[in-house]
Amino acid sequence: MTEPQRPTPDVTSAAGATNPAALSSAVMAVNNENHRSQWSDIWRQFRRHRGAMVALTVFGGIILFVSIGPLIWRIDPTYVDIRARNQGFSLAHPLGTDQLGRDLLARLMAGGRVSIAVGLTAMIIAIFLGSLIGVLSGYFRRLDAPLMRMTELFLALPLLPLLLLMVTLFREPLSQNFGSAFGMFLLIVTAIGATSWMQAARIVRGEVLGLKEREFILAARSIGTPAHRLILRHVLPNVMSPIMVAATLGIATAIITESALSFLGLGFPPDFPTWGRLLFDAVDQMVLYPWRVIFPGLLISLTVLCVNYIGDGLRDAMDPRIRGR
Amino acid sequence: MLTFIIRRLLLAIPTLLFISLVIFLLLEASPGDPLGDVPLTVPPEVRERMRAALGLGEPWPIRYLLWLKQFFWVEPLYWTDRWFGTSFSEGMQRIVSFQSRSPVFDVIAQRLPQTLTVVGMSYVVGVLIAIPIGILSAYRQYSLFDQIGTFISMVGFSMPTFFTGVVLIIVFAVNLQWFPSVYDTTLVVRDWDSFLAQARQMVMPVTVLALYNAAQISRFMRSSMLDNLSQDYIRTARAKGLSERKVVLKHALRNSLIPVVTVIALGLPAVFGGAIITEQVFRVNGLGQLLISSIYANDIPMVMTLTFIFAILIVVFTLIADILYGVLDPRIRYD
Repeated sequence: MTEPQRPTPDVTSAAGATNPAALSSAVMAVNNENHRSQWSDIWRQFRRHRGAMVALTVFGGIILFVSIGPLIWRIDPTYVDIRARNQGFSLAHPLGTDQLGRDLLARLMAGGRVSIAVGLTAMIIAIFLGSLIGVLSGYFRRLDAPLMRMTELFLALPLLPLLLLMVTLFREPLSQNFGSAFGMFLLIVTAIGATSWMQAARIVRGEVLGLKEREFILAARSIGTPAHRLILRHVLPNVMSPIMVAATLGIATAIITESALSFLGLGFPPDFPTWGRLLFDAVDQMVLYPWRVIFPGLLISLTVLCVNYIGDGLRDAMDPRIRGR
Repeated sequence: MLTFIIRRLLLAIPTLLFISLVIFLLLEASPGDPLGDVPLTVPPEVRERMRAALGLGEPWPIRYLLWLKQFFWVEPLYWTDRWFGTSFSEGMQRIVSFQSRSPVFDVIAQRLPQTLTVVGMSYVVGVLIAIPIGILSAYRQYSLFDQIGTFISMVGFSMPTFFTGVVLIIVFAVNLQWFPSVYDTTLVVRDWDSFLAQARQMVMPVTVLALYNAAQISRFMRSSMLDNLSQDYIRTARAKGLSERKVVLKHALRNSLIPVVTVIALGLPAVFGGAIITEQVFRVNGLGQLLISSIYANDIPMVMTLTFIFAILIVVFTLIADILYGVLDPRIRYD
């Protein structure tokens, strides 16, 4: 590594921030003129990972495509135009139309919104649960055994079958209460979130266990910091980096799980496009119109690939020991 | 070690009981009615009798205990009867599927071979591809091979199997017409021709799954190999003049395989259950497809039993992975 000369050797990387010396020197560095915060340091490291930078750009592009896209391409994705069905690429419909004459480009944009929203929300739920359980069981010794038993229990559950079960069983009542689309969104997001927090919990617990023995925690406790403030101010910021990595990778799994459910026909209702649903709908006619399968599939794969690369880059940037793996 | 295994086995029992209870209660909470398909012209008292015949009349704790008894007592007895010609299970009720009215385990036994051949084969192929790739890309870190290998494994890891499967069908079954797109389960391998047909129909599902598995395992292999290649004992081995081949394939590889073997063991339950999507894409008549069709049909005993079998497999293989880890790596002690 050709690192430029640094004022303090301790701040060579982000992982140094889990080190109390680095923390204190980072605090001192605030007074310095060329100070460097933990996050700008991570960003500097992250930028060197070429794959991750490309992935970040492409992912940004996909986000723009699904968020700004519908403002520019203003065809309603659910507008049925039977006379224009099964059309090929044309100026009016750049990516053609489906068997009901709905514009594929507009549907891809709308579908991407839902898929990415599901991925983000499910990830937030999973990460919240995971860090909560991880911090609690790492910090409070009495909670450790029962919480870890519970985590192991969840790890032993056959997840995909259970997800399928949950979705089939609770689809009807939730759709009746919250409307078919929003009820389904709630169901899928909670189901995915509730079944994918275990890895995050284990990672966070391990980190907290190590952190708890450090001097700065002892110092904070010795001046009478209550447990909740100790966790929020001192423990959580220091386990942020593994949480961030787990979060990024969590988005990828959530997107794949949602599309898998949609692909099995157990996802969102038919008039509500997601990428997985578009793929599922197109499979029946893939012999005649293969691109209808290819586009949503490519978008799913591309998004997941980007997210995975970003996660890889983040992990490298945050932990110099495993750089290049 | 023995005490560790015994302790873990004892711990597995409450875990499995709890999981079975969770699955049972989930199914219990379902609004779906197994008699939903019965025509409305059937009078209510007949309907009631049908419910009772399906065993749905009792309150749920009794049905749960009955299911446990059937699963852990009647079924093993039945299979010992079949294998040893005894008659322990005379007159006992086995778990019966709502949908096909035949015992659940008979249906599972019919479906198991398809799953095992296709999915098991793909796992073997995946491991066989992944290990050399992992070794080579760790040995030549940052080389062109490593860069390409890492990229491909990232892609293989990111592409969902339902997409790779469909793309393979479009390319090889529809356009090139090399392989059939639907897996024919009625095919019996009798002679050379039928063997070729079987091989041809297995190519695509096996490729899809093998690619996915290989992508994951090769990443593990690579990082574990990298860990070991930078160790002091490797430098020692080189310093004492061992050939590079021996250093890598004997000293480094053996140690690097330890975590990889456990990862492979942890992935094995997925061989039985996780290939649900691939089986659905290629219409392979296996366990995954059985699960999906019974979920659609509200076939509660079948869903319950299948899901629980998957849970048992996960628990057992996690235990095997832990034990393997201890056996292979003497630095790890469980006492």
